[in-house]
Amino acid sequence: MPAALQATLEFLRAYAGPLIASLVIVAVLPLIAGYVVLVERKVMADMQARLGPMRVGPHGLLQPIADAVKLLLKEDIIPEKADFWIFWLAPLVSVTAAMLSMAALAFGPAFQIARDINVGILFVVGISSLGIFGIVLGGWASNSHYSLIGALRSAAQLVSYETAAGMALVSGLLLGGSLQIRTIVEEQARQGVWFIFLAPVAFFIYMVASIAETNRAPFDLPEAESELVAGYMTEYSGFRWSLYFLAEYANMIVVASVATTLFLGGWMRPFASVRWMGWVDFLPPLLALGVAGYCVYRAPRQPVPVQKLVMLGVAGLCALVALLLAVPLLLPAAFFLKAGIHGAFWFVAKVGAYIFVFMWLRFTLPRYRFDQLMRLGWYFLIPVSIVNVMALGVGLVLHWQYRVNLWLALGGTTLLTLLIALWLVWADRKREAEALQARGGPGTPAADSYAG
Amino acid sequence: MGAGEPGDRERAVAEEGSKNQTVENTLKAGPGTLLGADELILNMGPQHPSTHGVLRVKLKLDGERVAGSECVIGYLHRGVEKIAEHRTYQQFGPYVDRMDYVAAVSNGLGYCEAVEKLLGVEAPPRAKVIRTILTELQRIASHLLWLGTHALDIGALTPLFYCLREREEILKIFEKYCGARLTTHAFRIGGLQYDAYDTLEKDTERFCNDFHRRIAEYEELLTGNRIWIARTQGVGILSAEDAIAMGVTGPVLRASGVQWDIRKAMPYAAYDQYEFDVPVGKTGDTYDRYLVRMEEMRQSVRICMQAIQNIPAGPILGKVGKVMKPPVGEVYHAIEAPKGELGYYIVSDGTVQPYRVRIRPPSFVNLQAFDKMVRGHLVADVVAIIGTLDIVLGEVDR
Repeated sequence: MPAALQATLEFLRAYAGPLIASLVIVAVLPLIAGYVVLVERKVMADMQARLGPMRVGPHGLLQPIADAVKLLLKEDIIPEKADFWIFWLAPLVSVTAAMLSMAALAFGPAFQIARDINVGILFVVGISSLGIFGIVLGGWASNSHYSLIGALRSAAQLVSYETAAGMALVSGLLLGGSLQIRTIVEEQARQGVWFIFLAPVAFFIYMVASIAETNRAPFDLPEAESELVAGYMTEYSGFRWSLYFLAEYANMIVVASVATTLFLGGWMRPFASVRWMGWVDFLPPLLALGVAGYCVYRAPRQPVPVQKLVMLGVAGLCALVALLLAVPLLLPAAFFLKAGIHGAFWFVAKVGAYIFVFMWLRFTLPRYRFDQLMRLGWYFLIPVSIVNVMALGVGLVLHWQYRVNLWLALGGTTLLTLLIALWLVWADRKREAEALQARGGPGTPAADSYAG
Repeated sequence: MGAGEPGDRERAVAEEGSKNQTVENTLKAGPGTLLGADELILNMGPQHPSTHGVLRVKLKLDGERVAGSECVIGYLHRGVEKIAEHRTYQQFGPYVDRMDYVAAVSNGLGYCEAVEKLLGVEAPPRAKVIRTILTELQRIASHLLWLGTHALDIGALTPLFYCLREREEILKIFEKYCGARLTTHAFRIGGLQYDAYDTLEKDTERFCNDFHRRIAEYEELLTGNRIWIARTQGVGILSAEDAIAMGVTGPVLRASGVQWDIRKAMPYAAYDQYEFDVPVGKTGDTYDRYLVRMEEMRQSVRICMQAIQNIPAGPILGKVGKVMKPPVGEVYHAIEAPKGELGYYIVSDGTVQPYRVRIRPPSFVNLQAFDKMVRGHLVADVVAIIGTLDIVLGEVDR
């Protein structure tokens, strides 16, 4: 027995960090995803001239918890003709992949979630794309036409856009010189510039491709409500459905984190290398303090006493965060904490901004049709991403080998890429115009139209 | 997919001849699918988010391409025409509101005018002008609902809420006028029951002045949007000949390039007094239908602005008795409802109840064009085409 105990202890000593991290992910991620949903609904409401959730808690602050409880308590329906085990397993695959890929992310120099592996980005991208198995299996196992079409669309979409996203990531990696997350961020700190400025085209491609990968509008065809009811999730309900939902939002956080790490300077604050911009450090605590103050100001106006209390609680939480952010700035003894705490703040802020753009696009744009989506991917994004990688490589070689100014070299290559992109757009428009011509004006039967 | 085309055309021709055959025959799988795979029969509706109620469409799919379709209707059949035979002329009035329930005022106008024609009475000028104002507001409201749901079908979430915001203003005017918002029963046979309330002109004017800005807002979101154009241009083309052959009316017909508007061709109410244009499209695709309806809303605003300038004084109810016994005979009266020609064919046997009421609903007739428009398109286009036809199932099924 002692041997077994000792082995257990040994195991715990070696893997305590990852174990705790995994517990934290499983426990906290659903909550974060829930609140991302709440933020999304609030942003949507604001853009659509309405209020959004207002009932549960002040300004709907407790809505995600109520939703989660409701979903947990709902009846778990598995259709009679579904393939039971695959139907049962599929959402788990999706959500596991999403959670697992979170493990390698770093929210700050001190907030490595599990372990800073030396192929960090590759791990994240590889594991997160495994989630597609859950979608395809779930769609297939549901034994429903809508689900099947949704799943097939999803598979085709992911394959198409993963290529472009991968190429865009390669551009970032060329600049960073490593796959390790910490090294990439430190490289951006050393060069004193975020890679988005060195490789804007790559960032743009990654952004578009990551929207498509996470099945978000305007590329949300696998779950296009107006066509496929709910796509691959049509037959799912209750908790199993919420797992898919969780996976989707977790994936959003993952792609936003990858983009932040690679292109937006990770946990560095804006203008980290400009000395006189040091005052930016004081913004986070002031911001948190401001939110706390606003909550205190709003608290007496809440209609129900409980809501007043919750509002004050939120204010207290914000004040605590403000204090936490202020301590390293005000106490010289605690200065060593600054990188960690402020790094996490900036990282979360950047991820939030990235996700906000996702939401913004979702509520502004109509949805692409499937063939249009594929055309955008194969005729535009993939060629541009390949050209971009090659051009960037040439630019870097010019810089390293021939001592050409970095900005000059990369600016030139970016310009070249943009010109080629423009040419591709022009070619695509021409193709489209010809197709429209072939489709003809009035009098041509619609049956001939779709050669695609 | 090019290989599948010749087969498709043959099949289309073959199916043209056997239109009235059973479901199995219409939807039977034919040769010429991609990879020679079986065709997939997808049952869309009656419970589906974008069939606008309870339309059921059976789609024959080759991959995601539609090789054939069949609309199954009747889920909302309430026997409105039969009910009419057991009600007096006045009693049947509220029933017509429940056909096209997003344009109840227009339905009521058509029915009242048809019965007036049968009775040989005419509504007084004041009643006619107020009817015109309310009907045009109703047209805007109906088009707004169409725009919002159509955009939602194509994936743009936000326009719906903007449209409903403006529709709300119109419904408020209705509410102030007659107390009801949706099924208004606003008019009475022979004129109006209620006179215009004090601020009707002012409310309408405020709405109309504001609406120019609002419509620019929708256009900003959609008209030049590349995705919107890609989703609507060249989708669901309906040629003018086909449209006329199938009796399609309203904005769908006009978008195909036929300038036919009953408000101009056979003026009723007070439309002959006002200036307005009838917008027509060129290609008859979904984008043209969108543009036509947007322009129609502007023209409706124009009509309203002219009408409120000069509402004649006088009585609001013509000379009709409490007991209406029209002479033996029949009458057909059509109006330009928001969705197309809404016609009432009423046969009177001289009693207080109509012998027969036949209603020509625009949605029902326009839905005929669905199969023609949808063939060869993708599943995603099916919802765009259902949306662009602007059908209301309450009216299709009656």
